[in-house]
Amino acid sequence: MALRRKDILGLKDLAPDEIDSILKTARTMKSIIISGNKKAPHLQGKSVVTLFYENSTRTRLSFELACKYLGGASANLSSTGSSVAKGESLIDTGKAIEAMGTDVIVIRHPMSGAPHLLAKNVKASVVNAGDGMNEHPTQALLDMFTVLEKKNRISGLKVAIVGDIYHSRVARSNIWGMTKMGAAIKVVGPATLLPPKLEQTGVKVCSSLEEALDGADVVIGLRIQLERQKKVLFPSIKEYSAHFELTEKTLKYANRDALVIHPGPINRGVEISSDIADGENSAINEQVTNGVAVRMALLYLLTRRDAYEAVN
Amino acid sequence: MRLLIRNGHVIDIKNGLNGKLDVLIWENRIADISRGIDPGGCQVIDASGKYVLPGLVDMHCHLRDPGYEYKEDIISGTRSAAMGGFTSVACMPNTNPPTDNKTVVRYILDRAKREGAVNVYPIGAITKGLAGLELAEMGEMKAAGAVAVSDDGNPVKNAGLMKKAMLYASMFGLPVISHCEDPDLSDEGVMNEGYQSTVMGLKGTPTAAEEVVVAREVILSEYTGVPVHIAHVSTALSVEIIRWAKKRGVKVTAETCPHYFSLTEEACRDFNTLAKVNPPLRTARDMEAVIEGLKDGTIDVIATDHAPHHQDEKNVEFNLAKSGMVGFESAFSLAVTYLLKPGHLTLGELVEKMCANSAKILGIDKGTLEVGKEADITIVDLDREWLFKADELLSKSRNTPFDGFCLKGKVCWTIVGGKVVVSDGELVL
Repeated sequence: MALRRKDILGLKDLAPDEIDSILKTARTMKSIIISGNKKAPHLQGKSVVTLFYENSTRTRLSFELACKYLGGASANLSSTGSSVAKGESLIDTGKAIEAMGTDVIVIRHPMSGAPHLLAKNVKASVVNAGDGMNEHPTQALLDMFTVLEKKNRISGLKVAIVGDIYHSRVARSNIWGMTKMGAAIKVVGPATLLPPKLEQTGVKVCSSLEEALDGADVVIGLRIQLERQKKVLFPSIKEYSAHFELTEKTLKYANRDALVIHPGPINRGVEISSDIADGENSAINEQVTNGVAVRMALLYLLTRRDAYEAVN
Repeated sequence: MRLLIRNGHVIDIKNGLNGKLDVLIWENRIADISRGIDPGGCQVIDASGKYVLPGLVDMHCHLRDPGYEYKEDIISGTRSAAMGGFTSVACMPNTNPPTDNKTVVRYILDRAKREGAVNVYPIGAITKGLAGLELAEMGEMKAAGAVAVSDDGNPVKNAGLMKKAMLYASMFGLPVISHCEDPDLSDEGVMNEGYQSTVMGLKGTPTAAEEVVVAREVILSEYTGVPVHIAHVSTALSVEIIRWAKKRGVKVTAETCPHYFSLTEEACRDFNTLAKVNPPLRTARDMEAVIEGLKDGTIDVIATDHAPHHQDEKNVEFNLAKSGMVGFESAFSLAVTYLLKPGHLTLGELVEKMCANSAKILGIDKGTLEVGKEADITIVDLDREWLFKADELLSKSRNTPFDGFCLKGKVCWTIVGGKVVVSDGELVL
């Protein structure tokens, strides 16, 4: 099934059957990755540009590899070293990229809504690779793919999200996506790092790590963004860890076979201890493989849109 | 030249006018208001089925001149005002250079006199450069023609300085207009803090950022005994604080703007930068409280906060978009649609809040219909429904969230000092 939309801007506006179809396609894509012969024809004749206004290791590389494994052309542009540094507007930059024959623009931007602005102004498909505090849909899709692989379902699972919820686009996308797929979500973090009226999204806001992890099937750790420390959102890393770090001890509150995932990069000993990050409950490294598979699926489904539209 | 407005329903409650009357204009003044004036030798406006009001007075707008003429200038701004039925407007000092000295005040008055379509009253800055550090030369600005002081757009953060500003301004009888916002609480917020900001992942400005300063200003006003005017009230608790202060006898007055009684934070959905404004659009609960405040007299004035911005300043990332919306040409119709038609205000009350009250706070001799006064008159058709279109505005800017709204009530004629500026909905300059 092709997608019924030009862009992937967030999970907020994807329907459950669309999410399902992306996750199913990703399973096929993962078999291409592990087959060893990573040269499939799905994106032949298509081009993808990654436009990143923020740093990235996993997301950017996985989009580029996803494109290459499927036989498409990929190129990248960073805000530093391009005309963005000269003050070129997002819309003008996007139009220039499109004018070179680009089919899909993958954008990461520090401001919420930037991909939406771009999508409105170009005919190319736009994929949100993280915008401000809003959404990081491909991360949540790969998280859901990982959960599905390990737990065979999402519906009915208890999911705990721990850490800086306020600034986290990963938390938001997972809240939208997993809630849609039938999971029950609890969140916990310092009171200064919880967004207002979060309960209205259907999640339970907990006041302690113990309460949040109680009976959890899946635990999502979030990176504490150390660069935000100057904003005095909590007194010290030490005090943060004392209350919110995922350790062997705190993880005992969760189900014994609870799956631990984290979008990376991780701060060892801050939000997650090494024994948990590298332990048997953790799927942190597999998440990275799954990230390529999910992005292959998305790029394929989005570029098939032409065919879909021609038929319908 | 004699101009006769015939058969209209004249409304000016303060002067006891509420009925079918004719209005005769001789030269630039109102010569007679009575029944059945002989039309012989007069140019006649047939106002049958329409209402004849004092010219609307807007005590809060941005004409962007000098400095930001690409957004608006005194010519386009006053034409836009006239189209919206305003015959007098008071413009805020966040120009470039800022209106913090007599020279800029004089420039605005000179240009308005030569080229403006309506009366313009400059508001001077409270502090030099709107920087919130040192008092501006209020005495000189007053002598040059400023009618009030405000650092609108920028809050005066320092409470001690605000106290001094009130005391100092009172020597010259200059009203102090406060843009109430605690910048540490708004903390780079770009919309209302609440469910929608959480959903969109945007930083929110809590209602408390406004309310703590509203509370501060009424306490300072009680302490100094100097009147204070609260600009663009947007939250339920602000209304409550002002209501409380008025009961205590504090000399506080307040205004709100049409977008605070017609829109909520929902208008920002899909990162709609046209709905980005400061203070931000709030919740339905706040909107209801603002309407309640208008009804019980807690809020004295409806002002536009007309804030033109170029489309290149709005067609950008939400965080980067400028705050504000144009308001002259929609304000009256929004008030009719959202306050008069649902029965929240009578036409008499609406007229008071858009004419007499704002004029009184500014201390200008406007906003009423009296024989002998300058003939500033607005004639409106309350039954007319029309499609509000951004691309038909007379303002240089198009930044309105109301494009495509079906509004009730339309300004048909605007007469400024006896001169017809808008005739049958068309600018006639």
